[in-house]
Amino acid sequence: MERYYQPEIECAPREEMIALQNERLVKQVKHVWDNVAYYRKKMEEKGVTPDDIKSIDDLHKLPFLTKSDLRDAYPYGLMGKPLKECVRIQSTSGTTGKRVVAFYTQHDIDLWEDCCARAIMAAGGTDEDVCQVSYGYGLFTGGPGLNGGSHKVGCLTIPTSSGNTERQIMFIQDLQATILCCTPSYAAYIGETMKEMGLTPDQIPLKAGIFGAEAWSEEMRQDIQNTLGIKAYDIYGLTELSGPGVSFECSAQTGMHINEDHFIAEIIDPDTGEVLPEGAQGELVFTAITKEAFPMMRYRTRDICRLSREKCPCGRTHVKMMKPKGRSDDMLIIRGVNVFPSQIETVLLNYGYPANYQIIVDRVNHTDTLDVHVEMTPEMFTDNLGEIAKRQKELVDGMRSMLGISPKVTLVAPKTIARSEGKAVRVIDKRKI
Amino acid sequence: MSVKQISVFLENKPGALMGMTDLLAASKIDMRALSLAEASDFGIARVIVDDVYAASDALKEAGFIYNITPVLGVCIPDEPGGLHQVLQVLNDAGANVEYMYAFLGGPSAEHAYMIFRVQDRKAAAAALRAKGIKVVDQEHISQL
Repeated sequence: MERYYQPEIECAPREEMIALQNERLVKQVKHVWDNVAYYRKKMEEKGVTPDDIKSIDDLHKLPFLTKSDLRDAYPYGLMGKPLKECVRIQSTSGTTGKRVVAFYTQHDIDLWEDCCARAIMAAGGTDEDVCQVSYGYGLFTGGPGLNGGSHKVGCLTIPTSSGNTERQIMFIQDLQATILCCTPSYAAYIGETMKEMGLTPDQIPLKAGIFGAEAWSEEMRQDIQNTLGIKAYDIYGLTELSGPGVSFECSAQTGMHINEDHFIAEIIDPDTGEVLPEGAQGELVFTAITKEAFPMMRYRTRDICRLSREKCPCGRTHVKMMKPKGRSDDMLIIRGVNVFPSQIETVLLNYGYPANYQIIVDRVNHTDTLDVHVEMTPEMFTDNLGEIAKRQKELVDGMRSMLGISPKVTLVAPKTIARSEGKAVRVIDKRKI
Repeated sequence: MSVKQISVFLENKPGALMGMTDLLAASKIDMRALSLAEASDFGIARVIVDDVYAASDALKEAGFIYNITPVLGVCIPDEPGGLHQVLQVLNDAGANVEYMYAFLGGPSAEHAYMIFRVQDRKAAAAALRAKGIKVVDQEHISQL
């Protein structure tokens, strides 16, 4: 039986949702015009005033916001409420050197937690469940978001945060955790560790997992599902838009329902900025229509994906976004070819290797080199050098046909690639350009 | 009846082999023979030790990837053409040698031993024995 946190919204007829979005958008544009000088200036430069925005059909008239706007306006330039009314900040890891600081009023947090609660119930969660939140707590949105959602559903919440894998497993077993929330790479690691401990899927009390904050492949989902004996659900979000819960998967596991009462999604051509027709693949753009403190308008996510309005068997009417092929930030351009780490992961899993790898990109004699480090496993090891070399070549061939360029595959000793307790460091780009 | 060779995966980088020898030394394992096979980015160390159980235990504990490969151990006749004679028998028996290496053993290292990796180890051993050549097992090696 499908469960909903807010069925009247999640299953609302399309016309009702459009009416709600129209009303909220008009109100939000006025709020931003009145309170966010930075964005008002952008609107004025484009010759747009709040009077031009009468419905979501006028959305395309508004200017975009990008990550560089966030940097220029850092820290307070995009706030829609005085600091006095804000109660929280969250921030990105800043690994790319562009730290995002987002502000929240109590109302913002409330709506964000509603979104996370919808995701937990879509994964089958109820107030009978024990929900272990192994996302990092702190500045990272993962822990606080799912923690709040878990409270709203009424789950018994175990706020383990990330790290200390032995303790994670102890709590899962001793307190019979039924839902696990963390990054997919950490879920894979927890699974791997449990397997090493000799635990079989039927000895693990977990039934569902909500995994996000990283791009992950369908093959990795199968892998995690098999190891932990669970159903693994994807969840999507960005700190700029609140955090996890912008969209989430339902039992159909065929794309993530966008919480359209809070976020309007568009797909644009990343080069021209033109809005693309429904079903086309392009860059995902979001407009937050209920956020008070940090109201993002037409924010370019750099995520490349496709939207689908196909009727979903779960009963939800909100549009679905397909798994992003990867954030364009993660995309590597190697010898002129676009390479997503998730493509390499797919090949590894197809050939029976663990999804623990590191991609090293360098430039030697003006030519880009791609070196994929893969850990040797007991299953793969044989005394026969030729046999290992043959498998190595199979992997190189598999990657070449997936990527269109030929990589080098280096087999490394086990446990030498750092395991991730937060986000995995998959790519080391040594090129000096 | 076989010699239990331990094959260990090693990365091709400085100190990799030393990591293994350090571990075996600390575990008081006596190595009888060592042979290295290498590819461009990794290698396999093939070792014959006195205590296979203790060695594999130590390697497992330390997180090495390894396996135990049964190989053919032969005591080479101490006379001119000794090795040639062994190879002749293997050739006549149609045994294809994948790799081989030698070591000296015995109280004052007076015996020469050869380790062979062949496809049909049992048939090869029988052919050698039929010609009066001494085939040894792990127990023999352990007691050297």
